[in-house]
Amino acid sequence: MDLVSEDRLAKMQPVEKIRFIIDEIKDGKILVLEKGLTPEEEATLIEMTMTQIEPDDFSGIEMESYPSQSDTSFLGKLLKKNVVRTRLTVIGPANKLKTLKKDRDMISALVSSK
Amino acid sequence: MGVMGSFKKFFKRLFNKKNARIGIYGPPNAGKTTLANRILRDWTGDAMGSVSHIAHETRRARRREGVTIQSNGGSISLDIIDTPGLATKIDFHEFMELGMNEAESKRRAKEATEGVIEAVKWLENLDGVILVMDATEDPYTQVNVTVIGNMEARNLPLLIVANKTDLPESSATSIREAFPQHPMVAISALEGKNIDTFYDEVAKRFG
Repeated sequence: MDLVSEDRLAKMQPVEKIRFIIDEIKDGKILVLEKGLTPEEEATLIEMTMTQIEPDDFSGIEMESYPSQSDTSFLGKLLKKNVVRTRLTVIGPANKLKTLKKDRDMISALVSSK
Repeated sequence: MGVMGSFKKFFKRLFNKKNARIGIYGPPNAGKTTLANRILRDWTGDAMGSVSHIAHETRRARRREGVTIQSNGGSISLDIIDTPGLATKIDFHEFMELGMNEAESKRRAKEATEGVIEAVKWLENLDGVILVMDATEDPYTQVNVTVIGNMEARNLPLLIVANKTDLPESSATSIREAFPQHPMVAISALEGKNIDTFYDEVAKRFG
């Protein structure tokens, strides 16, 4: 399991982040992202994951993030775009990580070593 | 409606002929196509697609343009997009457990992955989303969190539908408590329960 700091991901472009996550997960790693991904990056990760699914090899990912929190700044209101505050996110191969329970502020997950 | 409201609607009609594009999103088997069928049957007399208890029955997005919904003495015209169920994993073994043979299961899984990609791509081309949740399931799924996050980031209108309230184990309250910042309406798309309230909310949010 790798705990990935906010600084490490902040240095990457969105496409690099997604590639990094997919590569690590296909290697069997479970990642805990300190600051998570933006909703747009989460959607891109789902999209990219679908292109990588292979029968009997890789069935996808388990991703768990908390519901986002929006900070509507004056500039955001002006541009009609909310600033979404991202939160801790756990991502792993679907065959190794299983979510047991999740609520607004707590994620319980089971990690298997098979 | 006030004078300003009338002017606003008049200019909107004059300069903006395009209907609002509303996507119906949610996890597999939440009842998206059942709801799309209900909307179309009620307002066009037609249907959107087939439904099944096996997940990923809808594997291609379907669009119906110009669906006019009447509510509260007014009417709105929408383009409705019924999207394939969003998921982060698709394992063909799950289809085999439901009685499909291996080849059929692998084909369905492959098509389902393509459907998810299509649904994600549609997110960038919408004016609003109806997010359908199964009221018998835990609402904190990643799909729900990601769709809501995307709508919030884009500042686009969202209506949460707590579906399957005809089932005794359903709990619309847990959905409302999970996402209190967004409007929610509890319905049974299958039985049409509370569907008029749903149309009122659609008109209010997307009109």
